[in-house]
Amino acid sequence: MKRTFSIGGVHPHDNKISRDCAIEVLPLPQTVYIQLSQHIGAPAQPLVAVGDKVKVGQPVGEPGGFVSAYIHSSVSGTVKSIGPRKDLAGNNQLCIEIAVEGDEWLEGIDTSDTLVSEIPGDNKAILEKIRLGGVVGLGGATFPTHVKLSPPPGKKCEMLIINGCECEPYLTSDFRTLLEKGEQVAVGTAILKQVLGVEQATIAIEENKPEAIAHMEEVLAALRGRASAYEGIRVMSLRKRYPQGGEKQLIDAVMHRQVPSGALPIDVGAVVQNVATALAVYDAVQKNKPIVDNSVTVTGECFPRQANLLVRVGTPLSYIIDYLGGMPADAAKVISGGPMMGRAVANLDAATLKGTSSLLFLTRAQTERRAEGPCIRCGKCAEACPMGLEPFLLNRLARAGMTAELEENAVQDCIECGCCLYSCPAGIPLLDHIRMAKGQVLGIIRARNAKK
Amino acid sequence: MSTTIIWTIVIIAVLGLVLAVILFLVAERFKVEEDPRIDLVEKAMPGANCGGCGFAGCRAFADAAVKADTLDGIFCPVGGNDTMKQVAAILGRTVAEKAPAVAVVRCNGTCAARPKVNDYQGASSCKVKAALYAGDTGCSFGCLGCGDCVEACQFGALKMDPETGLPVVDEALCTACGSCVKACPKALIELRPKGPRGMREFVSCVNKDKGPSARKACANACIGCGICVKTCTHGAIVLENNVAWIDPSLCKLCRECEALCPTGAIHGVNFPKPLDKEAVKNRVQERQKKAREAEAAAKAAAAAQTKED
Repeated sequence: MKRTFSIGGVHPHDNKISRDCAIEVLPLPQTVYIQLSQHIGAPAQPLVAVGDKVKVGQPVGEPGGFVSAYIHSSVSGTVKSIGPRKDLAGNNQLCIEIAVEGDEWLEGIDTSDTLVSEIPGDNKAILEKIRLGGVVGLGGATFPTHVKLSPPPGKKCEMLIINGCECEPYLTSDFRTLLEKGEQVAVGTAILKQVLGVEQATIAIEENKPEAIAHMEEVLAALRGRASAYEGIRVMSLRKRYPQGGEKQLIDAVMHRQVPSGALPIDVGAVVQNVATALAVYDAVQKNKPIVDNSVTVTGECFPRQANLLVRVGTPLSYIIDYLGGMPADAAKVISGGPMMGRAVANLDAATLKGTSSLLFLTRAQTERRAEGPCIRCGKCAEACPMGLEPFLLNRLARAGMTAELEENAVQDCIECGCCLYSCPAGIPLLDHIRMAKGQVLGIIRARNAKK
Repeated sequence: MSTTIIWTIVIIAVLGLVLAVILFLVAERFKVEEDPRIDLVEKAMPGANCGGCGFAGCRAFADAAVKADTLDGIFCPVGGNDTMKQVAAILGRTVAEKAPAVAVVRCNGTCAARPKVNDYQGASSCKVKAALYAGDTGCSFGCLGCGDCVEACQFGALKMDPETGLPVVDEALCTACGSCVKACPKALIELRPKGPRGMREFVSCVNKDKGPSARKACANACIGCGICVKTCTHGAIVLENNVAWIDPSLCKLCRECEALCPTGAIHGVNFPKPLDKEAVKNRVQERQKKAREAEAAAKAAAAAQTKED
């Protein structure tokens, strides 16, 4: 029996209709809009002024705090403006507008395809390169990677897990990355393993991607022959179940260890990094290439052309849609991310971010919400919750605004996976209310900690 | 048979008596000494338990009022000055009069003026909607229209207008308790002094975007042009972050700003006569022209003076 996490979870149909589309390079747009807050933590501070000429890979924003990241220009051209612009959700965000002129890369960046499998020995230099490369977790949370790779003193990492689950339906960008850039991901994994000083690393892939599993095993076998750094990296096939790609769920599935409420993965000796992050680490360390592009799945049954695109950071969504044949007439909803955890896009003029993994087009029939009925206490939501919470209770508490009780019932542990909402037969918008309450409770906890 | 009944009655009666004595003794032993004035103050309160004063209900207010040294900063918005006078009389203190206030919704982005750009399907709650995204119109500052304020109002003073999609305050019912102010995630509702005979001027918009993008999102938005600031002869209007705000303590209700506002974002309510915009505009322009002429004349005189010297 293949491994998986122990509690909760659902089995949505995986609908990976873009799985056979090789990653293609999207032609450069005329203008990019680079948002200064693309990661968890403080927004970056602009390093350029209006009128400056920039090259691809040149830093345009420096970290605004310890938990923050560098932002780089994804194109070469002229800075046109620095000011507020509406993001995917329609909220104002500080953006740098760059008019594209040619495609000139910053000196020192290796843009060739040759694989560099020899890993430098100096861990400090590697960490600095990761920091300067603006590498953040590309699995969705966009947490700065160099911070995650510097565990607090006294905590020892025992296992590095590379997350290749891609458990969200429709998404195929990580799958294509594993197939097409498997060597680079493997080298990135070895670099992460060396920095963390661990013996064991696991590349976890769900069983519905057998090609990727076979390919990675081949790649690792070949690399093991070349250097000892690749010993201890193995590929693990996991049973298909959503939300296996959640950090805590994946640790449970791979190591059979449970991260307690309020604790971090490092407390149980684990560090989880996404496949795309491992690739970004390879690029930053071996090629001096910061994050300037990322692969984005563009998909949906109603969309004329399925694709996995290599998109420069800051490309307007409308440009991507036009390139692939325009907005289908029956598309009612565009989602950035997967159908379970993704956010609906309120503004198609917004630009992509480092963490944008997918654009999903759904029809009205696919997205229509059922009318809300009364809760019949069937307990399906509690059964589905992978964090062992009681969504039906949290929903009631959230609507009543009972923050103290919400905290007692661990609303702050919610990972917003949407399993409760997916399984509710009464169509109650459980996650809507729980997410709102989680935000309030986290605010209260932060304020309390700040007082101390 | 009858003896059983008698015995039962006797046993129950004795039991009751013994328990009553125990209860009395315990109550005496563990009696909590409480200031009797707390009860008196609580009786004088309106009893709405709305929390508008910042305390958890009327009893908590009474407790705080009795324990505090002065009544400064303690005010029951529902009872108003009358209740506060009674409370002051009970406690033998003085209380300053406060101008009666009313809730004012600072958004006039009606369905007609502020077109929808997307369709919201989530839970019908402003708080939930605000946590998700900017809203279903191009304006990320305006009313979300799910009626959290209506739900929060215990006095039935707020209603959603189906035509405009905005909440409307019933001034007769509003007690200015501030529940709606707290409930609105966009901080649109402000408690403003009611004004003489209910007349007041206010900017009905909080959009901080720059003029063109505010205008694009909503035809009624404050575009931060600053005409009102230049027009106002009382210095009552502040322009900050591309949005104007009228200071009610300085406003003289001349309605000049309202007449000159290019988007109609400034509202005047409860005035006896409708505003004759053209007449006011002409008056203001005449005055400004005269001022310019006077300034030019003064300059010329000053120049002549320096030449003579």
